[in-house]
Amino acid sequence: MASSRILIVGAGPAGVRCAETLVRHGLRPTLIDENRRDGGQIYRRQPEGFQRDYRTLYGSEADKAKALHDSFDQLRPELDYYSDTSAWHLSGQRLYAHQQGRPLELDYDHLLLCTGATDRVMPVKGWQLAGTYSLGGAQIALKNQAVSIGHEVVFMGSGPLLYLVASQYLKAGANVAAVLDTSAFSKRLSALPKLLSRAPLTARGSLLLADLLRHGVSLHFGIRPLEVLGSTDSGVSAIRFARADGSVSEICCDALALGYHLRPETQLADLAGCAFQFDELSRQWLLQLDDLGRTSVPQVYAAGDGARIRGADAAERAGELAAIALLQDLNRATPELAARQQQLHSELAVLSRFAQGLSEAFPWPAQHAAQLSDDTIICRCEMISAGELRRTVQAKGALEVNRAKAFSRVGMGRCQGRYCAHVGAEVIAAASGEPLQVVGRQRGQAPVKPLPISLYAVEPTDPAPQESMQQPAPEVLS
Amino acid sequence: MISRFVRLDEQHRPRVTLQVNGQPVDALEGDTLMVALLTQSRHLRQSEFDSGLRAGFCLMAACQDCWVWTRQGERLRACSTPVSSGMDILTYQPEAAWPVHES
Ligand SMILES: Cc1cc2nc3c(=O)[nH]c(=O)nc-3n(C[C@H](O)[C@H](O)[C@H](O)COP(=O)(O)OP(=O)(O)OC[C@H]3O[C@@H](n4cnc5c(N)ncnc54)[C@H](O)[C@@H]3O)c2cc1C
Ligand code: FES
Repeated sequence: MASSRILIVGAGPAGVRCAETLVRHGLRPTLIDENRRDGGQIYRRQPEGFQRDYRTLYGSEADKAKALHDSFDQLRPELDYYSDTSAWHLSGQRLYAHQQGRPLELDYDHLLLCTGATDRVMPVKGWQLAGTYSLGGAQIALKNQAVSIGHEVVFMGSGPLLYLVASQYLKAGANVAAVLDTSAFSKRLSALPKLLSRAPLTARGSLLLADLLRHGVSLHFGIRPLEVLGSTDSGVSAIRFARADGSVSEICCDALALGYHLRPETQLADLAGCAFQFDELSRQWLLQLDDLGRTSVPQVYAAGDGARIRGADAAERAGELAAIALLQDLNRATPELAARQQQLHSELAVLSRFAQGLSEAFPWPAQHAAQLSDDTIICRCEMISAGELRRTVQAKGALEVNRAKAFSRVGMGRCQGRYCAHVGAEVIAAASGEPLQVVGRQRGQAPVKPLPISLYAVEPTDPAPQESMQQPAPEVLS
Repeated sequence: MISRFVRLDEQHRPRVTLQVNGQPVDALEGDTLMVALLTQSRHLRQSEFDSGLRAGFCLMAACQDCWVWTRQGERLRACSTPVSSGMDILTYQPEAAWPVHES
């Protein structure tokens, strides 16, 4: 049998465990990731030459981080691994990527998408001011570069990462001015039965909270963000918000970390033609998957946060399950794999229940989209306001996101809709009175990441796998 | 000099010097261009759609808000580009730039 060409996108927990399972069964997958090093988001590795130890970097997850990195290092000779390589398109079982300005085309028979997630953001008036960062971005600044995003940082939004990153900042010696959560504390209590499916983790969450309080960090629940104050030349200077009782407060700061949990990165799956389904609880479009991670397109699989937002432990297991699906499809199923599959499924059932508890405890505040003032910027890239989008809905009757995008340009800027398309849809739904699923889903379009200017001036390279050089040439974009 | 980012640790790395808008700027080996710039200044670039100044947003190569230029007119993503000594960076788009083809 000619060997199957297997391509994995993403070297986070899902991608690494997936690769490991395939290698263990005698296959040699190709693995690409746009980061310089393996680890993905949660277990992101700091640059060579940095000294902080695992405990400092990953806290309670240090052992898991080390285990994943060690697995990867062992696996490394058994893989064709391309780091620093962004996938920007796929078509006809060929993936188009670039590595430091060099084009790279990879043909595959089987594709495993382990592309992870990005922050889900709800805009607030003034969020385009310099000094507003995504919550995940604030964490990357600390983890990857040992810097704080500001001298006085406010954390606003909702979700478990809000407290985690705020306490990581505190531990690292940064000034945390406040943590402002849009979720009411009571939601956490009603979600408790589900959260207790992972009692130790829930307890750790409460400890984080206690720690923030002990350090005198101002904590507010059930808030509504009103405005990021500041000026176009010096950036953020304060956050104005309404407390749960309706009174209005301001907190001075020069940086804001903004995030509401995560949204899956699904553009490549979209280009592959995979079907999506609407998830009522999270109000997001998720890939249609079978219980092993097969998408609706034969020989295309998805795992990890790019498939379902369930966290890193689930991502490791889902990566392994997707590999098992692939092995089955290659007629390499064994009784051991069947037993392993069963075990992974029962572990995932617990993790999924917990993830659902988190979604209930920290709900996406869809109602805030309807309340955004007309002068709130929705698209940061091209400065398009909520009012402009609402006018498109009214004047042109554009009730479907892709039509509204064509008229208003929301979702067409340089972020390719990653930070605005989901909110644009909420604004359209609220303005038109249509349910969100009727408004639809913004289709992914190539290039899913911007292309280097020089790309097709040179012939595609023969795919000899390479890691990026020690001192890589700058990435040139257009 | 007012900075945006604050270094909290890892400050014993070797120094590198690059040029930013014609001025020498000290950074540390392993810094991204973004960190090198924002530990010395509040911004990375001018927004092309309003008068606002921008300083990046996602730090994970997803939003593209952190573009700066080389003197030759090439655009670099500051959050994912490591510094190297001798880099010659502009925080505004130089005159003799390539025609920008947006996709
Ligand atoms: C910024 C951020 C910080 C987080 N921090 C925490 C945390 O501290 N604790 C926690 O429990 N959870 C955290 N999470 C959630 C956590 O990331 C996930 O639960 C876990 O990492 C998911 O693993 P994964 O393998 O699915 O995806 P990831 O770990 O996200 O890995 C996906 C990989 O795919 C690569 N990729 C994506 N698109 C492309 C492309 N087009 N071309 C090439 N490569 C691509 C990315 O570079 C990335 O390395 C964080 C999420 C984000 C976004
Ligand atoms: S800050 Fe988002 S791409 Fe660099």
